[in-house]
Amino acid sequence: MSATSDAAAAAVTGTGATKVDARPRGPKKSSIWARFDHAVVPYILISPFFILFVAFGIFPIVYSALISFQTYRNEYPRYISGESQVLFTRRWAGLENYQKVITSSDFGQALFNTFGLFIFSLIPQLLFALIIASLLNRRLRAQTFFRVGILVPYITPIVASSLVFVTFFAERYGQANWLLGLISFGAINHDVVAGDPGTNVPGIDWRNTRLASWTALVIMINWKWTGYNALLYLAAMQSIPKDVYEAAALDGAGAWRQLWSITVPMIRPMVIFTVVLGTIGSLQLFAEPVLFDINPETGDGGGNRHLWRTVAQLIWRVGWKDTNFGYAGAMSWVLFVVVVLVAAFNAWLTNRLGGRR
Amino acid sequence: MTTAAIEAAHEEQRKIANKRNAQALLGRSPQDTGASWFNYVFLTFVILVGMWPLYWAGVMSTWEGEDKIYTVGAPNVLPDFSGQGFLFNWRVITSQINPPGYPEYQSVDFLNSFKNSLIVVAVVVTATLFFCSLAGFAFAKLRFRGRDPLFYFVVLTLTIPAQLGIVGAYQIMERLGWVDTLFAVTVPALVSAFGVFYMRQFIEDAIPDELIESARVDGASTFRVYLSLVVPIIRPAMGVLGLITAVGAWNEYIWALVAVGNSDAQTIGPALHNLRAGSTPKTGIILTGAFLASLPLLVLLAIAGRQIVRGIMEGAVKT
Repeated sequence: MSATSDAAAAAVTGTGATKVDARPRGPKKSSIWARFDHAVVPYILISPFFILFVAFGIFPIVYSALISFQTYRNEYPRYISGESQVLFTRRWAGLENYQKVITSSDFGQALFNTFGLFIFSLIPQLLFALIIASLLNRRLRAQTFFRVGILVPYITPIVASSLVFVTFFAERYGQANWLLGLISFGAINHDVVAGDPGTNVPGIDWRNTRLASWTALVIMINWKWTGYNALLYLAAMQSIPKDVYEAAALDGAGAWRQLWSITVPMIRPMVIFTVVLGTIGSLQLFAEPVLFDINPETGDGGGNRHLWRTVAQLIWRVGWKDTNFGYAGAMSWVLFVVVVLVAAFNAWLTNRLGGRR
Repeated sequence: MTTAAIEAAHEEQRKIANKRNAQALLGRSPQDTGASWFNYVFLTFVILVGMWPLYWAGVMSTWEGEDKIYTVGAPNVLPDFSGQGFLFNWRVITSQINPPGYPEYQSVDFLNSFKNSLIVVAVVVTATLFFCSLAGFAFAKLRFRGRDPLFYFVVLTLTIPAQLGIVGAYQIMERLGWVDTLFAVTVPALVSAFGVFYMRQFIEDAIPDELIESARVDGASTFRVYLSLVVPIIRPAMGVLGLITAVGAWNEYIWALVAVGNSDAQTIGPALHNLRAGSTPKTGIILTGAFLASLPLLVLLAIAGRQIVRGIMEGAVKT
């Protein structure tokens, strides 16, 4: 990787790529210590990681599975008492919560929203990323500037950027409606309202229809992740051997043709990787839909008709507003199974689509 | 008949042209192709779009009150440094003043949550680097029983969505009495499966086995080898992992919201969330918070952007 290691490799003339034998051969060590260093120390090195990881990474998952088979809730959630009255019920409930998940229209609707947002965001996102990556994959001046620049959305806190987009998509005086007004879409006539900010401006109410709210959310999501995915594609593109392109150019393939016939098939593993990663990420969508609400703390999320309420949002509501942990745990697990199935299906599909050339 | 003849002629012509251009075509891979003006315009546009929300939040943070938002015609997009707008907004989000017509941001002490997030990031980054490089070293270069199955287990968990355990994690935190304390947002993030994976890949490639072997011949213990040999070599990878971990820890939202949402241990994510909550949220105040919360990572990107880019690109290629 670095000059250091190369120099080190040159300095040491050894043969064989076998793993290092942990037994020290120095004369000063006693054999008990040597045996300890050989047999036990490797486990000591990995143990901090595994202890913390099992305690706070794996165990919570197992424990939430346990809770999902229990009735575990506050009998006085905020919407009944309005106060912080607490009476927790906790008993085994068998499959009751799962039955509720499967039969409740709330979950079905949330799953529908999550899927819709996932499909409408992931596909344009990856296409855009591909185009940006192929433009970055040129001999470019100020290369580092452009690569770092497209990462600005990735490092912007998701809460911060979502809050800005909320003002962007405000019904009145939002910049989105103003931009649409420029091309006479949504028929905003600011002259009508001049001097009277109370007049109802006939712009698009971004929270009123599913199409409008989804469009706004898809824009937020894609704004955040396109640059990141473009960098991943760029990384893969740079490992394609140059002579493949030279041969294609010889056969008269133009830039566009090269992109679709060489670049995309050659970076297929990376495309699959981003599809899987994107699937896992999008199906957990939380920040954007929560903050898109008029008031994220009250109401049940996703506007009055829950047009954009996602599963993660529903889990948060059920778990921490209605304090019904058993039900929330069951929803997490159903979501997980769905995520695994969809990610596997997407990987398979991407593989097939790419395989056809 | 004639069609075929024409086609054949075309084919012949193309072959000749190709032969003539063969020399010129070498070096025709995208990386060797100079970028056209369209590339620059398009990429510049993409970057401007990416920066716009931060810019807009910065602009809003300099406005006092809401009047400038309600403009007729083209939106106001310039900062206003004439008044004391920023100072006013700053005082509101740090709960120093509570002007009439503004909601009481009782549950938000922005300065405090800023401090909390800094503490969390510092502890999480330090611990992640230490624990993950230790484990990565063991997986890459040491022989011990169960090594490969344990490593596959780590890789497998990379694909598990973080939200799956949130209900269980909250109950555990409650049992430990850590809800509404910084422990709740710090301890679970002290290690990451990705960190171990990344470190293992890097150490495997960067450090020749012979080097470790020779250190052992000189009588160095395993931990000595880690400290004196491995750590100096993997410093660049540690920088990259540290930056990526810092970005993740600073941006934590859903878990921070449930674990420390309304307490003194509130971090940046829930603090911004609470600025948005309430019946009459004030846009200027919200965006002042959003702007300030984004600044540290923006500075980090400006300083170490090259390393962050490298980390993302390298980590991905090896996956």
